[in-house]
Amino acid sequence: MPAHFEKRRRKKWQTSIPPLIFVLACLAVWQVSVDYLKVPLWLLPSPVAVTKALWRTRALLWTNTLTTVWETTTGFILSVALALAAGLAMVLSPLLKRLFYPLLIISQTVPLIAVAPLLILWLGYGLLPKIVTVVLVCFFPVTISLIEGLEVSDPDLLNLLKSMGATPWQILYTVRWPNALPSLFAGLKIAATYSVMGAVIGEWLGASSGLGVYLTLSSHSFLTAQVFAAIFAITVLSLIYFILIAGIRHFALPWLNTKEN
Amino acid sequence: MTLLLRDLSLTYRDNGSAEVKVLEDICLEVPTGSFISIIGPSGCGKSSLCNLIAGVQEPNRGEILLDGRSILGLAGQVGYMPQKDLLLPWRTLLDNVALGCDIRRENKRESREKARLWLERFGLGSFAGHYPQQLSGGMRQRGALLRTFLFGRTTLILDEPFGALDALTRRDMQQWLLDVWSQSDPTVVFITHDIEEAILLSDQIVVFSQRPARILNKIILPFSRPRDPDLLLSPEALAVKRQLLGLLRGHS
Repeated sequence: MPAHFEKRRRKKWQTSIPPLIFVLACLAVWQVSVDYLKVPLWLLPSPVAVTKALWRTRALLWTNTLTTVWETTTGFILSVALALAAGLAMVLSPLLKRLFYPLLIISQTVPLIAVAPLLILWLGYGLLPKIVTVVLVCFFPVTISLIEGLEVSDPDLLNLLKSMGATPWQILYTVRWPNALPSLFAGLKIAATYSVMGAVIGEWLGASSGLGVYLTLSSHSFLTAQVFAAIFAITVLSLIYFILIAGIRHFALPWLNTKEN
Repeated sequence: MTLLLRDLSLTYRDNGSAEVKVLEDICLEVPTGSFISIIGPSGCGKSSLCNLIAGVQEPNRGEILLDGRSILGLAGQVGYMPQKDLLLPWRTLLDNVALGCDIRRENKRESREKARLWLERFGLGSFAGHYPQQLSGGMRQRGALLRTFLFGRTTLILDEPFGALDALTRRDMQQWLLDVWSQSDPTVVFITHDIEEAILLSDQIVVFSQRPARILNKIILPFSRPRDPDLLLSPEALAVKRQLLGLLRGHS
């Protein structure tokens, strides 16, 4: 079906061209107004100045990005593992859920900015407090979405499985777990976009390397173009994590990619 | 297998105080390989009866015997199909049909082979790899029926399996069900509130009263098989229809 394929590719192009033009137009307006109004570089750099800063400090930016990637990835994987354990435990044991669910929600209302300095105080200036910050940011959305996905199940469906003689364990892995996957991935997407921010906040408050450090140093020196370069790097990094999760979802949940009849 | 219900009674306790009688002294013998329909006003306790036979609920009194062996409170002894198809959206049609085999921890390869054979024999072979949301309502219901046949093998409880389908699809499905049934010959208990459906499909029709459900009458249908839908226009069928309408009207 090459014709069909070709048509779909053309359609994809057609839908992605307008937003692309829009972004380019915004950048152009930004560039022209900065040039025309002669806005000083330390106040608002133009896109060209930001690009120049990106290129000039590329080596520095790259090593700092690697630190942040390392913290984010470790923290993200750790938080997913913890969320799986906590979510399953809370679904299997109503007592555990009664004990920990309120704590989970309260923990999420404590501002990260208040907790991060404490983490530095307790865990020092190494990688660990940043990884913990990432875990704190990611744990909540993943756990909540997993619990919700595991709990929602049609009573008629459960009745059918019971009539087949299914054990609670079989019901968990044939129905509850697959039923939870779409919701779990929604939580993972949120967590993925937040995770980089968590690491950067951790680095802000004290670190020797990382995008947060690059950001604070640049901002303290009024190197605004570099601040924008760091923002750009953080955005790209968050997007990469998001796309990675979306890609895994595409392959792990094939039934969601099929069109309805 | 012969299914025997003896003096089945079921009572719900409503909020601890009031007792709601659902079933009262149900006695019924379903001979091996026969097709029995149960018809009655809605909410009369037909689905509760299904739950009892399927073993997910226990009666207050009475016995359920399958070839002389008690299956009271034992799940997994008969194939049970509720009104909704309940196909799992993350399983392909093939894997859905083999669901019961997975629950029984049968060999995966063998059960898939068996499921594929059934799908091919009954016209769904080319849809084996499709997910439920890609299938029409009728096809999903066929898949659910094959899942029940594959699991139940000898004894099936079908609780209004065509209740959610439109009239035309329903006629197709009835013919299709007769086709599948005639080729594997299980004992079937079929719940419905469609009189014509009951006449077309069954060897015997059992009429339930309103709650608490008792058996009002058992009507044996003398028609030979295979059956044609035109049968419904014959004077004998019309007489049975009149009799059933009278029984149901008197108690609703």
